[in-house]
Amino acid sequence: MTTTEHTRPGPLQTIGAHARQLSFWAENAAPIGLVALVIVFSILSPTFLTLGNIKAMLVAAAILVILAIGQTFVITTGGIDLSISATMTFGAIGFGLAFSNGFGFWLSAIMAVVAALIIGLINGLLIAKGKVTDFIATLGTLSVATGLALIVSDGKPITVFSPELLTLTSGAIGIFGFPIILAAVIAVLAWFFMFRTRFGLHVQAVGGNEESAVANGVSAVKIRMAVYLISAGLAGIAALLLVARVGAAEPAINTQFLLNSIAAVVLGGVSLTGGKAKIVGPVIGALLLTALTNGLTLLGVSQFYQPLAVGLVVVLAALLTRFQKK
Amino acid sequence: MTDTYNTPPEGSPHTGRTQARDFILQATDIKKSFGGVHALKGASMTMRRGEITALIGDNGAGKSTMVRCLSGIHRPDSGTIVLDGKTVTFENPVAAIKQGIETVQQNLALVEDLTVWQNFFLGREKTHGFGPFRTLDRKLMKSTAGDLLKNLAVNVPPVTSRVRRLSGGQRQAVAIARAAGWGSKIVIMDEPTAALGVQETARVEGVINSLRDSGVAVLLISHNFDQVMRLSDHVWVMRAGMAVAERRTAETSGDELVALITGARAA
Repeated sequence: MTTTEHTRPGPLQTIGAHARQLSFWAENAAPIGLVALVIVFSILSPTFLTLGNIKAMLVAAAILVILAIGQTFVITTGGIDLSISATMTFGAIGFGLAFSNGFGFWLSAIMAVVAALIIGLINGLLIAKGKVTDFIATLGTLSVATGLALIVSDGKPITVFSPELLTLTSGAIGIFGFPIILAAVIAVLAWFFMFRTRFGLHVQAVGGNEESAVANGVSAVKIRMAVYLISAGLAGIAALLLVARVGAAEPAINTQFLLNSIAAVVLGGVSLTGGKAKIVGPVIGALLLTALTNGLTLLGVSQFYQPLAVGLVVVLAALLTRFQKK
Repeated sequence: MTDTYNTPPEGSPHTGRTQARDFILQATDIKKSFGGVHALKGASMTMRRGEITALIGDNGAGKSTMVRCLSGIHRPDSGTIVLDGKTVTFENPVAAIKQGIETVQQNLALVEDLTVWQNFFLGREKTHGFGPFRTLDRKLMKSTAGDLLKNLAVNVPPVTSRVRRLSGGQRQAVAIARAAGWGSKIVIMDEPTAALGVQETARVEGVINSLRDSGVAVLLISHNFDQVMRLSDHVWVMRAGMAVAERRTAETSGDELVALITGARAA
């Protein structure tokens, strides 16, 4: 009798058995890493887990969460969008120019998204129709968008005073600031479209096996166009949060956002080869990276160490993904 | 000796004693070149309703090109395809599927990272709702896929399992069941058991037989003469870009087929 009891594992033992496998750690790298970071930082710094700091972290994470979701759609098709942060910059300049010319908040916001979508359209045409390698195409548009932003802004930041932007950046419901609420709404919509609609299924199919997807009547060209437009459109929305946070539209390069958006997706367990979609993972990945930067700042670690820490975490996560279940 | 099933090298397919309306498919004088390579030099063949028609031939004889012309992957340079009494042309594979010709590709055209039911309905998903918030009707698709698999396959994988986890035979069964599930007139199978073991081959052959019994015409491309003799009702032999001979399976032998393929025996 005792032997039969031993062979029937309880839920805790099941988790224990899973935890002994590397694939468990690989599949859940982002949530495990986030919990570990929170524990370590809250021991080392008493302010880390205060409501004020959590609220600040969530607001700071919003831009990265939105960019990571856009990047997720592209990476699920097996592509990559290196122009995502430059597109955000271009969108921000579009907003700044429109606003300083008296277009008002809403029209300027639409301008930001439209400006970003233009870059996305170029990406989509180059990659889906022109069959240019995603890496090269978006590397090119990264430079183009950065250059255009510098040209149209004459290299100077455009200061923006808008009550709507102030509300966007400082408004909150409880500890959840408007930016993170916006990011959460986008995350829910992204999950819905990825996992509950025909479009999302086709995105996963094209990433998993383009030849098979096309043989079954899926238009890989349309899907690739769509994911680069989604990525760019979300970069345009992120541009609003960026302008709101800085108080100005700056033609800065924002390379850190590009690297972190890809890092968040990798941390979230999405395979760079495509076909495996995840939304929650990249969102948690973005939160993890923000918590890492925030915690290091609280501990008084020099700014210089932050790219190093982010880089190490990402490389470790990439190593772990090798052990994901096929 | 007069051979009623023989095809002269040029002109329309010789129909023997069969009435034209008994053919589900008549391909006549199909030519296809790739650059200087003449893959098909005016090949003609037919398929009868409710039968398994085998297409055999050596490597490079033009079988694959013929199949690709019938399934819309290639457009023939010249020649006509008559499907169920109507002359058809296929711009692309989707057009062929719409006309009722389903193909089980040698690579099966499955997406390994998706589940069985997702693969089943890929490209023709059932949805409910309106506009951009149209959602996948997952319940309907899962139950339909499950039923179709159960009707055909002996060994049914759960429809929610990912294709990556299935055995070769299970994948083949899924691909065949998918091809059969759309009221198709013809299902083309390219080497359906090439990568399978003995047991799985037997299961897949069972699936092909039940497909024929359900009234679907099957075009079987196979290198395995035993399988051709076991499964098919009619055999077409291709050599050097031409369909050189046809036989009723019951009236021929493996030896004769080999001789026809190699050209040791003139058609």
